[in-house]
Amino acid sequence: MTVSAELDSESWFHRNQQRIAPWLFLAPGLLFFLFYVIIPVFQSFNLSLYEWDGLGAAEYVGFRNYEDLYWEFSDRDAFYISLKNNLIWLLLYLAAIPAGLFIALFLNQTVKGIRLYKSLFFFPFVISQVVVGLVFTWFYDPTFGLLNEFLGLFGMGPLNVLGDERFVTYGIIFAGLWPQTAYCMILYLTGLNAVDPEQIEAGRLDGAKGFRMLWHIILPQLRPATFIAFVVTIIGALRSFDLISIMTQGGPFGSSRVLAYYMFEVALSEYGFRMGYGAAIAVILFLIMLCFIAYFLWSMYREERRH
Amino acid sequence: MHSMFKRTAMALVASVALTAPVAAELTGELRIFLDTSNPAPRATMEAMIERFQQQHPDLEIETTVIDREAYKTQIRNFLTADTPDVANWYAANRMKPYVDAGLFEDVSDLWAEAEISDNLGSTKGALTIDGKQWGVPYTYYQWGVYYRKDIFDELGLSEPTTWKEELANCQKIIDSGRTCYTIGTKFLWTAGGWFDYLNMRTNGFDFHQQLANGEISWEDDRVKQTFANWKQLIDMGAFIDNHQTYSWQEALPFMVKGDAAAYLMGNFAVAPLREAGLSDDQLDFYQFVAINPDVELAEDAPTDTFHIPANALNKEAARAFLRFVVSADEQTEINNGSNLGQLPVNAQSSVDADKFLQQGFNMLSSNSPGGIAQFWDRDAPAEMAKVSMEGFQEFMVKPDNADKILAKLERARTRIYDQ
Repeated sequence: MTVSAELDSESWFHRNQQRIAPWLFLAPGLLFFLFYVIIPVFQSFNLSLYEWDGLGAAEYVGFRNYEDLYWEFSDRDAFYISLKNNLIWLLLYLAAIPAGLFIALFLNQTVKGIRLYKSLFFFPFVISQVVVGLVFTWFYDPTFGLLNEFLGLFGMGPLNVLGDERFVTYGIIFAGLWPQTAYCMILYLTGLNAVDPEQIEAGRLDGAKGFRMLWHIILPQLRPATFIAFVVTIIGALRSFDLISIMTQGGPFGSSRVLAYYMFEVALSEYGFRMGYGAAIAVILFLIMLCFIAYFLWSMYREERRH
Repeated sequence: MHSMFKRTAMALVASVALTAPVAAELTGELRIFLDTSNPAPRATMEAMIERFQQQHPDLEIETTVIDREAYKTQIRNFLTADTPDVANWYAANRMKPYVDAGLFEDVSDLWAEAEISDNLGSTKGALTIDGKQWGVPYTYYQWGVYYRKDIFDELGLSEPTTWKEELANCQKIIDSGRTCYTIGTKFLWTAGGWFDYLNMRTNGFDFHQQLANGEISWEDDRVKQTFANWKQLIDMGAFIDNHQTYSWQEALPFMVKGDAAAYLMGNFAVAPLREAGLSDDQLDFYQFVAINPDVELAEDAPTDTFHIPANALNKEAARAFLRFVVSADEQTEINNGSNLGQLPVNAQSSVDADKFLQQGFNMLSSNSPGGIAQFWDRDAPAEMAKVSMEGFQEFMVKPDNADKILAKLERARTRIYDQ
């Protein structure tokens, strides 16, 4: 290598350093994102056009997997139930946000030992979902469970929450709300630390208190926390899987399935090896998520522009 | 650490053996994958492999035990890459995906050997697909009704043999404030056991297999008759409430406490029932009653198997191992009461003196003329098994939905077997 060539290459790097540096720093993240997210998305879509048992040769079937999903939907079969349960999850899981806010407001005071109370409220988020699922399974147990002991005190009959297709999804969502509320609470607690005391002072001088104070002074300042809480709760509701797997395995007779669990069951569980069909469900789930992701990205972009 | 010491010791033995003439000429590495992760079966298997090792000191055996549930998904990976020389699995339709994909070695040559063909005839069918054999069995166990003898005695009941006696018994048990049967259908397959028996007793073994193979409509009147018989039991309250919330283990306490009088189960239920404190005076066994007198009795007896993956490297040693596993002495040993506590597959083996094993053995060898089924989720294709067992569970909770459920199963049948 000659001296001049070295100088040349060095000068090219120097010239473009400003432009190259960010890409260099971004490269690891981009590569991971490309290999673990972007490429698999396209692979999944491709796979959903095939019939494949994971062992033999894959057979191209066009859109037949989607057609089957459509028939399942119109027959009110497994796919319809999963989709319906996903909607229920989406709606009810959002209850974690006001609940988290309420607990955060309640805990946002300086009393002796408040740190202990805060950590106790945060505790369910720390323990694994598997443990949460098990605890609630015992809680709901129709013969020995605490819930039925409690209902018994009021003379109400035993309720088999996880064994009744009318209650099972709500029962699982309720279990899921326990850790999710703790998560939202933490988000709001950090948000409350950043609330400007002068604005509160000003609001107070203008005679605002109670709910009006919360609605007009505090909540607008908590917007970023609300946004994040909204994002994690929506995503959490859509990918709900562990609790269902632990508490009911999708049962009784498949009435507590959601799309994520149905996909697993069809493609990867003991009795399933329809990889293409599983991929088709994954694509549907992805499209649903895409609506929310697009909305989040758009509103984030709008926020950025405003500043 | 222990196994490393063992391997060094083996190497030492091997190097010594080099100078002396050796009895066995098997060399190289033999990798065995097992799903026997529960403590007792695990110890049994390890002891058996140790005995095989002693016969073939030059062979370097490496055993990997994988969690039983995890094994069911991992087998798909390890049959294609990093393949062991021997792996265990289940018979009948459960092995079909791997046979179809060419991942199991054809071992018909082993079955042609006199030692095996003469003594293992009873399980040959379960290991045959397309006229070839794809593995060897190593254990099987009976299904049947395990019941509380003390409760039967208290109510003056005797072991039923006909459907009429069965219903009469059950009514008396219910009148005494108990339920007839405990069951936990959370994981679905237990309901498959009930369906197996009711359908085989109502319509016979051949019909049952045709149904599993998708040759008969689920809306056929004969299938409806099976469900009508089942409904009789459900409607009289024969099964415990809320069974859809329990696993089969969680359903055991009902029988132990005496709230339920019997359990239709595989012989593996005996061990936990004994551990829970039931003595052999309190616990007994009877064959599932006849329903339709025109059909021959047939039984469920799931068979566990050993296979050689097609990609195995040391197939010679693997074949020797399979021969060893099914040999009469090994079969007697690994299936005895202190080991697996199940039935040996070799006709020359002796069955343990345990009363349940004896009864099971007699039942299967002399009172099951119709045939021996593997179990619903092993006989039917996986997908059909899943959908149908879900239907059975729903039926047990809502027997009035029978027509709707059968229509759904019929739709599934036309889709699944078409492909």
